[in-house]
Amino acid sequence: MPDTPRRTGLAALAALVLLGGLHVPAAAQVFEPETFTLDNGLKVVVVENARAPIVTHMLWYKVGSADEPRGQSGIAHFLEHLMFKGTETLGPGEFSDIVARNGGRENAFTSLDYTAYFQTVARDRLELMMRHEADRMHNLVLSDEVVMPERDVVLEERRSRTDNEPSSQLWEMVRASLYLHHPYGTPVIGWQQEIESLGTEDALAFYERWYAPNNAVLVVSGDVTVEEVRPLAERYYGAVPRKAVPERVRVQEPQQWAGRRVELASPRVGQPSISIAYLAPSFRTARLDDMPERPYALQVLGEILGGNTGRLYRSLVIEQGLAAGAGNSYDGSRFDGTHYTFWASPRPGVEVEAVEAALRAEIEAVLQEGVTADEVEQAKTRLTAQAIYARDSVGAAPTLSRWPQARPSKISKTGPTASPPSRRSR
Amino acid sequence: MTRPHPQFARAFFILALAALTVALLSRPAAAVDVQRVVSPGGVEAWLIEDRSNPIIALQVTFGGGSASDPANRAGRARMTAATLDEGAGTLDSRAFQGELADLSIRLNFNAGRDSFAGSLMTLTRNRDRAFELLHLALTEPRFDPEPVERIRQQLIVRAQRSALDPDAVAWSTLMATLYPEHPYGQRSGGTVASLAAVETADLEAFVAQRLARDNLHIGVAGDISAEELGPLLDSTFGELPAEAAPLEVPAIAPAVDGGTVVIDMEVPQSVVALGQGGLKRDDPDYYVAYAVNYILGGGGFSSRLFSEVREKRGLAYSVYSYLHPLDSSALILGGVATENARVAESLEIIRSEWARLATEGPTAQELDNAKTFLTGSFPLRFESTGALADILAAMQFQNLGIDYLERRNDYIEAITLEDTRRIAAALLRPDDLTAVVVGQPENVEATRAAPDGS
Repeated sequence: MPDTPRRTGLAALAALVLLGGLHVPAAAQVFEPETFTLDNGLKVVVVENARAPIVTHMLWYKVGSADEPRGQSGIAHFLEHLMFKGTETLGPGEFSDIVARNGGRENAFTSLDYTAYFQTVARDRLELMMRHEADRMHNLVLSDEVVMPERDVVLEERRSRTDNEPSSQLWEMVRASLYLHHPYGTPVIGWQQEIESLGTEDALAFYERWYAPNNAVLVVSGDVTVEEVRPLAERYYGAVPRKAVPERVRVQEPQQWAGRRVELASPRVGQPSISIAYLAPSFRTARLDDMPERPYALQVLGEILGGNTGRLYRSLVIEQGLAAGAGNSYDGSRFDGTHYTFWASPRPGVEVEAVEAALRAEIEAVLQEGVTADEVEQAKTRLTAQAIYARDSVGAAPTLSRWPQARPSKISKTGPTASPPSRRSR
Repeated sequence: MTRPHPQFARAFFILALAALTVALLSRPAAAVDVQRVVSPGGVEAWLIEDRSNPIIALQVTFGGGSASDPANRAGRARMTAATLDEGAGTLDSRAFQGELADLSIRLNFNAGRDSFAGSLMTLTRNRDRAFELLHLALTEPRFDPEPVERIRQQLIVRAQRSALDPDAVAWSTLMATLYPEHPYGQRSGGTVASLAAVETADLEAFVAQRLARDNLHIGVAGDISAEELGPLLDSTFGELPAEAAPLEVPAIAPAVDGGTVVIDMEVPQSVVALGQGGLKRDDPDYYVAYAVNYILGGGGFSSRLFSEVREKRGLAYSVYSYLHPLDSSALILGGVATENARVAESLEIIRSEWARLATEGPTAQELDNAKTFLTGSFPLRFESTGALADILAAMQFQNLGIDYLERRNDYIEAITLEDTRRIAAALLRPDDLTAVVVGQPENVEATRAAPDGS
């Protein structure tokens, strides 16, 4: 069945906290988070949810693949794998064994802008998780013996995700073309020849440069109160020394004078698909440009155009019968400028050009005629209702945030939807 | 066929376990009050009342799914599921979907091999209308020509994509190899030809034969009381026919012979699907097998397969095994994906780990670790209203009893080392382990032909 990725509540909130410095009144209505900051600069966010006696403990570092040194693409993600390889007091894989023995689930993920580690455990195991997560924030130990096999794992991961998947190969090329200069054009997992050259010293250098309490946000959600979290956070994370962390300055996109068309033909594509991506503001860049409402307006637009009842599906799929699926996606939670994507997939026997023309006509109709007040009101109602659903789940949130953008190739009955609630729209 | 889809940078996680919803049931630390609600008209549901959010979730599961598809109509159950919410009663597709969207009601239908399920999620304020829309979908689906044709085209596109996707090809070929001439060997999603052949009458027949009151299991969770739920059960399900048609899925043992099927596909990484016979869900040793599998390849970052194939040798990003009980058969399945040059090595290690566990059994420490994970992770299953409703419906479908949540961890705790050695020896049969490799593997000999049509 359709498996369009969705960002969900907690992850979306954490991303907003990371990128936006807590200017998130709309999210605040959803989660009512409480926050405090330790002396060493670690920001702590607590989201109480007593549905079940469990907690999700997530540590987000404000560093992602877009912060990598040129020529070392993939190092942020590779380091994330290596963070499971032990510390001065724990052997390789031992933290994972402890999590499992305590009935917990864990994982980690890397994105363009951040890297996060999380465990979901019974509430009385929170302290144990904090002890070890804080430990690996400053006591990581690596040797070639564990690093080299893990590099092969990452190469296999790249084969699974990209090299074996024509749609991923195409999207990798689209991104590289969409961002001419900004590092968002480089895949999070890295280019193969650069992954092959990464080593222990590269990983440790990246770790030393970026992993510090004053460059991280801790999010604890579940059956726990801020009064319980604060002393634990002070005890374990408070012991990690602050250190100088570089400012995140990435090269920015130049003026783009021309569009680009990227095509991939493969005998392994059963049905073609097309996507059209435009550069777009993120929450952060919109604020810097003094038009903070723009991303919210784009979310509302995404709701109007997307989904089973949105304009794209209704027009291309139902009324014209040209497409098997159609939708759009937008993820505003980027540190730098982001993009807005439209996509469609033709029905069997329909030329992709016909679907492209129909898709462009819908985009043109919005540009020329805008949207109606009714459409905006309905979209806002739906987005607000989604906030209530988002509040319902304790532990699923972090597990769904790996791929914020919809893949253009995915056939899906419902288009992707924006998760954070709308605050304003035009 | 449920398959894991790795979603994480770090690892495969335990999605394979998650696929076995029922097997992983666990109870929350605080006792959960499961109420048996019987409506005035005699419709039964199990309910967990939870007022923490203004949300209600309902799961209804009917016995019989894609395994009841006629051979030349494979995909019929899936197509029924995808069209059931495309118009009902006086509401055409646009009106029906529009109302769901405007009221933020989430209604989905899904077909498995042995079951057909509907999931409803609504805000409390739209409760009555949400139940009414479910009622209409179940009792008066329209199957108008436009949505039927639209969904058919969508499923055909998906089938065309699956036919060229190494992962999908590996799994559908394995099932066809293990179950020749049996519905379990068919593609649940259908083929281009079988989907083209499905007629509206086939969809109507599926609804008429399967969606009946003696064949349904209802789980409800969230912001609703037993008193409020009772009348809604009648208005939603009371009009369904009393009896379903008999299910005709013959019991079958998988045709395992330890052979290897190779499907040539030009990809840099071979995808491997593995299978042998397993234990059914109602087998008295099911929990023992469950613990054995956790140790073998089910345990996330801690299993033997993970350690040997990934951690020590870097051969794969994802490697796993899981129990796959079916109504009329049972399997243990496993998988790995490795670059073509090293797939032979991965296969050899998996087979040797399979044999080593069968011969030696697990260690006491491994069993202890398995038990603490399997019992300690119990509350993690109860993390949303929708999950609760799913679990309640599954408990009924699997005939586990209304006190299952209280008893489940006792089954795990009762497992002895001797049990696991006995079951590992009896169950894990490396000579049976049948493999399908999709890719261009080096030094892997095909010993078995691909089944027709795969």
